[in-house]
Amino acid sequence: MSNNLIEFRNLRTNFYTGSGVVKAVNDVSFSIREGETLCVVGESGCGKSVTAMSLMRLVATPGKIVGGEILYKGEDLLKLKEREMRYLRGNEIAMIFQDPMSSLNPVLTIGHQIAEPLRIHKKLSKQEAKKKSIELIELVGIPRAAKIYDSYPHELSGGMRQRIMIAIALSCDPKLLIADEPTTALDVTIQAQILDLMRDIKKEFNTAIMMITHDLGVVAEMADHVVVMYAGKVIEEAPVHELFNNPKHPYTQGLLKAKPVISNRQDRLYTIPGQVPNPVELGENCYFNDRCEHCMEICVQKQPDLNIYDNKHKAACWLYEKEGK
Amino acid sequence: MSQVTANPNVTTAAEPKVKSASPWVLAFRQVRQSKLAIFGIVMLLLMFLICFFGPFFSPYTIDTLNIRNGNKAPSAAHWLGTDNLGRDILLRVMLAGRISLLVGFVAMMVSVSIGSLLGAIAGFYRGWVDTIIMRIIDIMMSIPSLPLLIILGSILSDWKIPPSERIYIVMFMLGILSWPGLARLVRGQILSLREQEFMQAAESLGLRDSKKIFRHLLPNTIPIIIVNATLAVGGAILMESVLSYLGLGVVPPTPSWGNMISAANNLIDFQKRPWLWIPPGVCVFITVMSFNFVGDALRDAFDPKSKSKR
Repeated sequence: MSNNLIEFRNLRTNFYTGSGVVKAVNDVSFSIREGETLCVVGESGCGKSVTAMSLMRLVATPGKIVGGEILYKGEDLLKLKEREMRYLRGNEIAMIFQDPMSSLNPVLTIGHQIAEPLRIHKKLSKQEAKKKSIELIELVGIPRAAKIYDSYPHELSGGMRQRIMIAIALSCDPKLLIADEPTTALDVTIQAQILDLMRDIKKEFNTAIMMITHDLGVVAEMADHVVVMYAGKVIEEAPVHELFNNPKHPYTQGLLKAKPVISNRQDRLYTIPGQVPNPVELGENCYFNDRCEHCMEICVQKQPDLNIYDNKHKAACWLYEKEGK
Repeated sequence: MSQVTANPNVTTAAEPKVKSASPWVLAFRQVRQSKLAIFGIVMLLLMFLICFFGPFFSPYTIDTLNIRNGNKAPSAAHWLGTDNLGRDILLRVMLAGRISLLVGFVAMMVSVSIGSLLGAIAGFYRGWVDTIIMRIIDIMMSIPSLPLLIILGSILSDWKIPPSERIYIVMFMLGILSWPGLARLVRGQILSLREQEFMQAAESLGLRDSKKIFRHLLPNTIPIIIVNATLAVGGAILMESVLSYLGLGVVPPTPSWGNMISAANNLIDFQKRPWLWIPPGVCVFITVMSFNFVGDALRDAFDPKSKSKR
């Protein structure tokens, strides 16, 4: 539980759009240790998914990784040749997507889609790949695996398809599993099952998971470590208990306050006032300043650094700096 | 890999044997609903059987000449009469059918392979690859094909290419001229398919480009390829008839429906001996119409929007 599997160092990914440059991922640094579940939290458009896609080096045009390093076992992924990167994808780093309904190819059988990475990366023969695929389908908790192997995606429910996606991702025993909002498109009971499944898998294979979500319930259930992102920046990073008990950044505090608590009824949930800033041409201030209850003079002038405090708790906020007091 | 949550009572034996229905099977079930398509399929099957097996039952051969027996009206000996050299028209219509159907199929296959391959490559790689392929298509589409075929046909005549080899050249000519339409359709489909989430998923598995194009993208475009191919066979047969009628496609003595119809060029044959040109004409008509019925039914079956109309 100690070695860094993945380390993002000052990653910058920009999108060159017609209305200007969008810094979707702006100087992001954090690391994922072996066998750890790290959750990346933040609202839509804050750069969570782009961070993950940068890790896979699959940022689509007009996006481009413009700086920083992504170290995988000490090796910079951004410097690898396309062929070497292709070897890692699906083999050592696998990904689960948000919408299981559209993530499977409608014209290929389930079996074909599970067996494909096995045949490419593990060089298994047709029979071996089929045997392994059926094991995988059973592993993710779908009965009648042999029958499912020959069926087409349209014959399965959403929950089953997400299980199949997990089976595909697990097929080559990856070291890191990236899950991009894996439960968002599923209903609550299925969500719980999928999360249970992922936890079991993590225990069994010691797979590190990078989970992207905006659901704090999922975070509380799954995470060892949490990274909070806002407008392309990491604003807070802490072990999960520390973050829930002692959120430092006003944005994180707001997020936690906005969560409904089952035991007490409120007429209206708390909302963070204001809107996410326009991502085009952001200035040199704290991006949260106009929505922050504690906004000070320095917040509009200078950007706070991500500094480490007690208990491995990092935050980027002037409230905790000398200059801010 | 051991099993974490494997279901211990996995039973496959108790399951009823239901074959998984692929999207294709579903579409063909739909085609079966259409009466016109059934009619088309039956007619085409008949046409194939008659053309390919009929000649074996004929008492005549292609070389049986009997000039004294020329230009006879249909009779018990010659069901569809004889031509000016005394050859049996029925036999010639069947042999011509072999040629015309073969030309149709080979031309279609040439057109489909070039069209879908180039269309897929253009749509997948976009950028300059796309630009080059699309400009070639634009050029091909802005050349009127009939004059071009006539020029090519007269060049072939000029080079004195033997008739038996000439039909193969005609097949490829027709195929090469008809791929751009399909390439455009395939490219359009691939452009939208490649942005789908399942392609992102395929990409995250580390697949090679060739795998992505041929295993993941092209199978999704098969509906339009099939529809197009079906209609292309009919089109190629028609085009071959036009060329042969003009004496530039398949040339005598090799019979083809088109060069048999050209008997109608002669005023006396046209007025007095309809058995010379009506049978091949009817064959072209039935075959092309049947292909179009089948093609239309396939299009309806694959197009989700047309289902509600019934």
